[in-house]
Amino acid sequence: MIKAQQAARSASESAGSSSPALSAIRSAIGEVPDPELPIVTIDELGILGRVRRTTGGDGVRVELHPTFVACPATDMIRASVQARLGEIAPSLAADVVLVFDPPWTSDRISAGGRAKLAAAGIAPPLAADPAGLIALDAVVPCPMCGSPRTGLENLFGPTLCRTIHWCPDCRQPFEAIKTV
Amino acid sequence: MTSGSHLLPATRNALALQLLAIADDEFVIGSSDSEWTGIAPILEEDVAMSSISQDEIGHARAFYELLAELVADGRDADAIAYDRPATGYYHARLLDHPRGDWAQTIARRYLYDTADAIRLEALAGSSWAPLAALVGKVRREERYHLMHATTWLERLAGADGEPRQRLLDALERLGPDAGTVLTPLPSETALLMADITSGSGAELESRWRAAIAPTFERLSLPLPPPTRSPESARSEHSTAFRELHEAFTSVRLIDPEAVW
Repeated sequence: MIKAQQAARSASESAGSSSPALSAIRSAIGEVPDPELPIVTIDELGILGRVRRTTGGDGVRVELHPTFVACPATDMIRASVQARLGEIAPSLAADVVLVFDPPWTSDRISAGGRAKLAAAGIAPPLAADPAGLIALDAVVPCPMCGSPRTGLENLFGPTLCRTIHWCPDCRQPFEAIKTV
Repeated sequence: MTSGSHLLPATRNALALQLLAIADDEFVIGSSDSEWTGIAPILEEDVAMSSISQDEIGHARAFYELLAELVADGRDADAIAYDRPATGYYHARLLDHPRGDWAQTIARRYLYDTADAIRLEALAGSSWAPLAALVGKVRREERYHLMHATTWLERLAGADGEPRQRLLDALERLGPDAGTVLTPLPSETALLMADITSGSGAELESRWRAAIAPTFERLSLPLPPPTRSPESARSEHSTAFRELHEAFTSVRLIDPEAVW
């Protein structure tokens, strides 16, 4: 949060007038937390895409890549980004759009995001296979003990982007981010 | 970006019909299968079928949004989804069946997911970029649905007695309508000429039958027979669909401003 405030402050300072630098805008909105996994930000999850000035320079266009087409958090993320833009660059007309090209894949989650997920007990996704689809039978190591002996309990979990697994060594269930 | 203003009118109409077919398919199976929420055979399946239905209705919304921008007649995705009489829907007859028992739901999901995968594969390289982009995203998610349906199909087929018998009964009811997902649309020639899809309905149907044959043979299940009445594959809806339609339009009738 402090980091977000600093980013916002530096965004308005670098503005000098009413137009913060794009990089400052990007880092400020990148700090928006994911509503379903608030331990990670939309930048770490790879939801935040291109941020650029609109033609004429009087607006900013932000592209968001929804993790799942039906993700119910998408509207909330969009509203949060819109609100953050209103705080740091109130004079810029904001255009926050959802894009599917390129599609969000779990490969877009950053190394930092993966580490935070694992630390919270949620196994990060495996590498998506070269065909760009899903490795369905791969073993997901336990985020607690690293055991490779885990088993898939349910392809569908508490949110669209998560699966449920069982670790026989911890004797505990755990969640993983879907490899997609 | 999703404007179809550069398309010939015949191509635009054909594309609109293709988008409507996919969106209605996803919307109807998602709405029908969502009836399992709270009453699925086990808790894990309650979560799974609810998630799958949520995915499908979300896919429907995305396809309805593309359609709304393409035809630009003032209707938004909600208006297209909810403001039609039951006779105005364009889903395949396979989805006209009720969810039935768990075996029927699984049999229908397997038949639909395998056919849908073939259809999406043919649209993945579509010349209309907004469709190609959405299909690319949707295919990644649908793969999980197919794995779920396949796992259950194997489980029911491999269990002696009532589970297998219920599956056989369901396949007998659904089989003649299974091919309707891929029955050629009347606008197919325009879609092929504009490279919006890469395969005719006939090609896709034979590809689909070849794709499911090994699984059906391995599980000693009867392959779906040739499609019954293909000329009405997406019209003349059932009583079961009219009841489903009444349920999914009820909130909209009470409050048209309600949001998804």
